[in-house]
Amino acid sequence: MEKKLLYLNRRAPYGGIYAQESLEVVLIGAAFDQDVSLLFIDDGVLQLKKGQDTTGVGMKNFSPTFGALEMYDVEKLYVSRESMAARAINERDLVVGVTVLNDAEIADLMDEQDAVLSF
Amino acid sequence: MQGMICGFLGASPWELRAFGTMKFVLQINEGPYQHQASDTAYQFAKAALATGHEVMRVFFFHDGVNNGSRLTTPPQDDRNIVQRWSEMAQQHGVDLVLCIAAAQRRGVVDTDGKQRLEKDADNLAPGFRISGLGQLIEGIVLADRLMVFGD
Repeated sequence: MEKKLLYLNRRAPYGGIYAQESLEVVLIGAAFDQDVSLLFIDDGVLQLKKGQDTTGVGMKNFSPTFGALEMYDVEKLYVSRESMAARAINERDLVVGVTVLNDAEIADLMDEQDAVLSF
Repeated sequence: MQGMICGFLGASPWELRAFGTMKFVLQINEGPYQHQASDTAYQFAKAALATGHEVMRVFFFHDGVNNGSRLTTPPQDDRNIVQRWSEMAQQHGVDLVLCIAAAQRRGVVDTDGKQRLEKDADNLAPGFRISGLGQLIEGIVLADRLMVFGD
Protein backbone atom coordinates (compact mmCIF):
# COMPACT_ATOMS: atom_id res chain seq x y z
CA MET A 1 0.00 0.00 0.00
CA GLU A 2 1.38 3.38 -0.94
CA LYS A 3 1.59 5.91 1.83
CA LYS A 4 2.22 9.63 1.84
CA LEU A 5 5.50 10.32 3.65
CA LEU A 6 6.78 13.78 4.48
CA TYR A 7 10.41 14.35 5.39
CA LEU A 8 10.57 17.46 7.54
CA ASN A 9 14.00 19.07 7.39
CA ARG A 10 14.38 21.64 10.13
CA ARG A 11 18.11 22.05 10.69
CA ALA A 12 21.11 23.75 9.12
CA PRO A 13 23.31 21.36 7.11
CA TYR A 14 26.58 21.05 9.04
CA GLY A 15 25.96 21.92 12.70
CA GLY A 16 24.74 18.34 13.22
CA ILE A 17 24.37 15.17 11.19
CA TYR A 18 20.57 15.25 11.05
CA ALA A 19 20.40 16.78 7.57
CA GLN A 20 22.88 14.37 6.01
CA GLU A 21 21.40 11.26 7.59
CA SER A 22 17.89 12.41 6.72
CA LEU A 23 18.95 12.55 3.09
CA GLU A 24 20.20 8.97 3.42
CA VAL A 25 16.72 7.90 4.56
CA VAL A 26 15.18 9.66 1.57
CA LEU A 27 17.51 7.88 -0.87
CA ILE A 28 17.04 4.42 0.67
CA GLY A 29 13.32 5.00 1.14
CA ALA A 30 12.90 5.85 -2.55
CA ALA A 31 13.23 2.13 -3.33
CA PHE A 32 9.92 1.56 -1.52
CA ASP A 33 7.86 3.52 -4.09
CA GLN A 34 5.97 5.62 -1.59
CA ASP A 35 4.45 9.05 -2.20
CA VAL A 36 7.33 11.15 -0.85
CA SER A 37 7.57 14.87 -0.17
CA LEU A 38 10.37 16.91 1.39
CA LEU A 39 9.71 20.11 3.32
CA PHE A 40 12.47 22.52 4.32
CA ILE A 41 11.60 24.79 7.19
CA ASP A 42 13.36 26.92 9.83
CA ASP A 43 17.16 26.55 9.45
CA GLY A 44 16.46 23.57 7.17
CA VAL A 45 16.13 25.97 4.23
CA LEU A 46 19.90 26.53 4.50
CA GLN A 47 20.46 22.94 3.36
CA LEU A 48 19.41 23.97 -0.14
CA LYS A 49 21.52 27.09 -0.43
CA LYS A 50 23.78 27.39 -3.46
CA GLY A 51 27.53 27.75 -3.13
CA GLN A 52 28.14 25.59 -0.07
CA ASP A 53 31.86 25.16 0.53
CA THR A 54 32.81 22.78 3.33
CA THR A 55 36.56 22.68 2.79
CA GLY A 56 37.14 24.88 5.83
CA VAL A 57 35.24 22.60 8.20
CA GLY A 58 36.50 19.34 6.71
CA MET A 59 33.01 17.89 6.19
CA LYS A 60 31.39 16.38 3.13
CA ASN A 61 29.33 18.81 1.06
CA PHE A 62 26.18 16.81 0.38
CA SER A 63 24.16 19.60 -1.23
CA PRO A 64 24.74 18.27 -4.80
CA THR A 65 22.67 15.21 -3.80
CA PHE A 66 19.51 17.32 -3.74
CA GLY A 67 19.91 17.82 -7.49
CA ALA A 68 19.98 14.03 -7.95
CA LEU A 69 16.70 13.39 -6.09
CA GLU A 70 14.78 13.59 -9.35
CA MET A 71 16.53 10.39 -10.51
CA TYR A 72 15.05 8.70 -7.45
CA ASP A 73 11.56 9.93 -8.39
CA VAL A 74 11.61 12.30 -5.44
CA GLU A 75 10.22 15.41 -7.06
CA LYS A 76 8.06 17.14 -4.47
CA LEU A 77 10.31 19.61 -2.71
CA TYR A 78 8.68 22.32 -0.60
CA VAL A 79 10.21 25.28 1.16
CA SER A 80 8.74 27.59 3.77
CA ARG A 81 8.29 31.15 2.52
CA GLU A 82 8.50 32.54 6.05
CA SER A 83 11.69 30.61 6.85
CA MET A 84 13.36 31.84 3.65
CA ALA A 85 12.30 35.44 4.27
CA ALA A 86 13.64 35.36 7.83
CA ARG A 87 17.03 34.31 6.46
CA ALA A 88 17.05 36.67 3.45
CA ILE A 89 17.02 33.76 1.00
CA ASN A 90 14.94 33.50 -2.15
CA GLU A 91 14.26 30.72 -4.65
CA ARG A 92 17.13 31.80 -6.91
CA ASP A 93 19.58 31.08 -4.07
CA LEU A 94 18.64 27.38 -4.00
CA VAL A 95 20.36 24.39 -5.66
CA VAL A 96 17.08 22.86 -6.88
CA GLY A 97 13.66 23.93 -8.07
CA VAL A 98 11.15 24.00 -5.23
CA THR A 99 7.56 24.89 -4.47
CA VAL A 100 7.32 27.72 -1.96
CA LEU A 101 4.56 27.42 0.62
CA ASN A 102 3.21 29.79 3.25
CA ASP A 103 2.43 28.57 6.77
CA ALA A 104 -1.22 27.77 6.02
CA GLU A 105 -0.24 25.71 2.99
CA ILE A 106 2.38 23.90 5.08
CA ALA A 107 -0.30 23.01 7.62
CA ASP A 108 -2.42 21.54 4.79
CA LEU A 109 0.57 19.60 3.42
CA MET A 110 1.30 18.08 6.83
CA ASP A 111 -2.35 17.31 7.40
CA GLU A 112 -2.62 15.14 4.29
CA GLN A 113 0.36 12.89 5.18
CA ASP A 114 0.24 9.35 6.56
CA ALA A 115 3.57 9.84 8.35
CA VAL A 116 5.90 12.75 9.05
CA LEU A 117 9.60 12.03 9.61
CA SER A 118 11.08 14.94 11.47
CA PHE A 119 14.80 15.65 11.26
CA MET B 1 6.05 15.80 26.48
CA GLN B 2 8.98 18.17 26.56
CA GLY B 3 11.84 17.18 24.32
CA MET B 4 9.70 15.10 22.03
CA ILE B 5 8.90 15.69 18.42
CA CYS B 6 5.85 13.77 17.54
CA GLY B 7 5.27 12.31 14.11
CA PHE B 8 1.99 11.04 15.40
CA LEU B 9 -1.06 12.01 13.41
CA GLY B 10 -4.46 11.85 15.00
CA ALA B 11 -5.16 10.99 18.61
CA SER B 12 -2.91 11.61 21.58
CA PRO B 13 -1.66 8.41 23.28
CA TRP B 14 -4.17 8.54 26.12
CA GLU B 15 -6.98 8.53 23.57
CA LEU B 16 -5.78 5.37 21.88
CA ARG B 17 -8.24 3.02 23.50
CA ALA B 18 -11.05 4.63 21.57
CA PHE B 19 -9.44 3.55 18.30
CA GLY B 20 -9.06 -0.13 19.16
CA THR B 21 -5.76 -1.90 18.71
CA MET B 22 -3.06 -0.07 16.84
CA LYS B 23 0.22 -1.11 15.36
CA PHE B 24 3.06 1.32 16.08
CA VAL B 25 6.53 1.94 14.76
CA LEU B 26 8.75 4.12 16.93
CA GLN B 27 11.75 6.06 15.71
CA ILE B 28 14.33 7.26 18.26
CA ASN B 29 16.81 9.88 17.11
CA GLU B 30 18.78 10.64 20.28
CA GLY B 31 21.23 8.80 22.50
CA PRO B 32 20.47 7.55 26.03
CA TYR B 33 20.87 9.84 29.09
CA GLN B 34 21.89 12.84 26.96
CA HIS B 35 18.31 13.35 25.87
CA GLN B 36 14.82 12.45 27.01
CA ALA B 37 13.80 10.92 23.66
CA SER B 38 14.62 7.31 24.50
CA ASP B 39 12.96 7.56 27.95
CA THR B 40 9.79 9.07 26.49
CA ALA B 41 9.70 6.46 23.74
CA TYR B 42 10.13 3.70 26.30
CA GLN B 43 7.31 5.03 28.47
CA PHE B 44 5.12 5.33 25.40
CA ALA B 45 5.91 1.77 24.27
CA LYS B 46 5.26 0.43 27.77
CA ALA B 47 1.89 2.19 27.96
CA ALA B 48 0.92 1.08 24.46
CA LEU B 49 1.76 -2.57 25.21
CA ALA B 50 -0.05 -2.41 28.55
CA THR B 51 -3.24 -1.24 26.82
CA GLY B 52 -3.14 -4.01 24.21
CA HIS B 53 -1.51 -2.19 21.32
CA GLU B 54 1.30 -3.56 19.21
CA VAL B 55 4.76 -2.02 19.05
CA MET B 56 6.04 -3.86 16.02
CA ARG B 57 9.39 -2.12 15.74
CA VAL B 58 11.59 0.50 17.34
CA PHE B 59 14.04 1.99 14.90
CA PHE B 60 17.13 3.72 16.30
CA PHE B 61 18.65 6.42 14.12
CA HIS B 62 21.26 9.20 14.44
CA ASP B 63 22.76 9.09 17.98
CA GLY B 64 19.80 6.89 18.90
CA VAL B 65 21.93 3.88 17.90
CA ASN B 66 23.85 4.37 21.16
CA ASN B 67 20.78 2.96 22.92
CA GLY B 68 21.96 -0.43 21.63
CA SER B 69 25.42 -0.56 23.23
CA ARG B 70 25.63 -3.25 25.89
CA LEU B 71 28.74 -1.58 27.31
CA THR B 72 26.54 1.18 28.72
CA THR B 73 27.00 1.23 32.51
CA PRO B 74 24.92 3.83 34.33
CA PRO B 75 25.30 4.43 38.10
CA GLN B 76 23.40 1.85 40.12
CA ASP B 77 20.82 4.33 41.39
CA ASP B 78 19.84 5.36 37.85
CA ARG B 79 17.63 3.63 35.29
CA ASN B 80 19.34 1.29 32.84
CA ILE B 81 17.98 2.50 29.52
CA VAL B 82 19.68 -0.12 27.34
CA GLN B 83 18.68 -3.00 29.58
CA ARG B 84 15.09 -1.74 29.73
CA TRP B 85 14.83 -1.98 25.95
CA SER B 86 16.45 -5.44 25.93
CA GLU B 87 13.90 -6.66 28.49
CA MET B 88 11.02 -5.22 26.49
CA ALA B 89 12.26 -7.06 23.40
CA GLN B 90 12.51 -10.29 25.34
CA GLN B 91 9.13 -9.98 27.05
CA HIS B 92 7.02 -8.54 24.24
CA GLY B 93 8.88 -9.47 21.07
CA VAL B 94 9.44 -5.83 20.15
CA ASP B 95 11.82 -5.66 17.18
CA LEU B 96 14.70 -3.31 18.10
CA VAL B 97 16.59 -2.22 14.99
CA LEU B 98 19.66 -0.01 14.71
CA CYS B 99 20.35 1.76 11.42
CA ILE B 100 23.54 0.15 10.10
CA ALA B 101 24.99 3.31 8.55
CA ALA B 102 24.35 5.32 11.72
CA ALA B 103 25.68 2.48 13.93
CA GLN B 104 28.89 2.06 11.95
CA ARG B 105 29.59 5.79 12.14
CA ARG B 106 29.23 5.68 15.91
CA GLY B 107 30.91 2.39 16.71
CA VAL B 108 28.01 0.10 17.54
CA VAL B 109 28.83 -3.33 16.14
CA ASP B 110 27.28 -6.81 16.22
CA THR B 111 29.22 -10.08 15.92
CA ASP B 112 28.73 -10.14 12.16
CA GLY B 113 29.98 -6.57 11.85
CA LYS B 114 32.97 -7.34 14.02
CA GLN B 115 34.14 -9.91 11.48
CA ARG B 116 33.10 -8.05 8.35
CA LEU B 117 34.61 -4.73 9.44
CA GLU B 118 37.60 -6.44 11.05
CA LYS B 119 37.09 -4.91 14.49
CA ASP B 120 38.51 -6.27 17.73
CA ALA B 121 35.18 -6.19 19.57
CA ASP B 122 31.42 -6.08 19.29
CA ASN B 123 29.02 -4.30 21.63
CA LEU B 124 25.42 -4.83 20.53
CA ALA B 125 23.04 -5.37 23.45
CA PRO B 126 20.73 -8.43 23.60
CA GLY B 127 17.43 -8.08 21.77
CA PHE B 128 18.78 -5.51 19.31
CA ARG B 129 19.74 -6.11 15.71
CA ILE B 130 21.50 -3.96 13.13
CA SER B 131 19.89 -3.54 9.73
CA GLY B 132 19.17 -1.02 7.01
CA LEU B 133 17.03 2.08 6.74
CA GLY B 134 14.62 0.01 4.68
CA GLN B 135 13.43 -1.45 7.98
CA LEU B 136 12.18 1.99 9.00
CA ILE B 137 10.34 2.62 5.74
CA GLU B 138 8.90 -0.91 5.70
CA GLY B 139 7.73 -0.40 9.27
CA ILE B 140 6.01 2.85 8.37
CA VAL B 141 4.26 1.16 5.45
CA LEU B 142 3.04 -1.73 7.62
CA ALA B 143 2.16 0.17 10.80
CA ASP B 144 -0.86 2.30 11.59
CA ARG B 145 1.25 5.06 13.13
CA LEU B 146 4.83 6.28 13.19
CA MET B 147 5.99 8.03 16.36
CA VAL B 148 9.23 10.04 16.10
CA PHE B 149 11.10 10.80 19.32
CA GLY B 150 13.91 13.30 19.00
CA ASP B 151 15.13 16.83 19.40
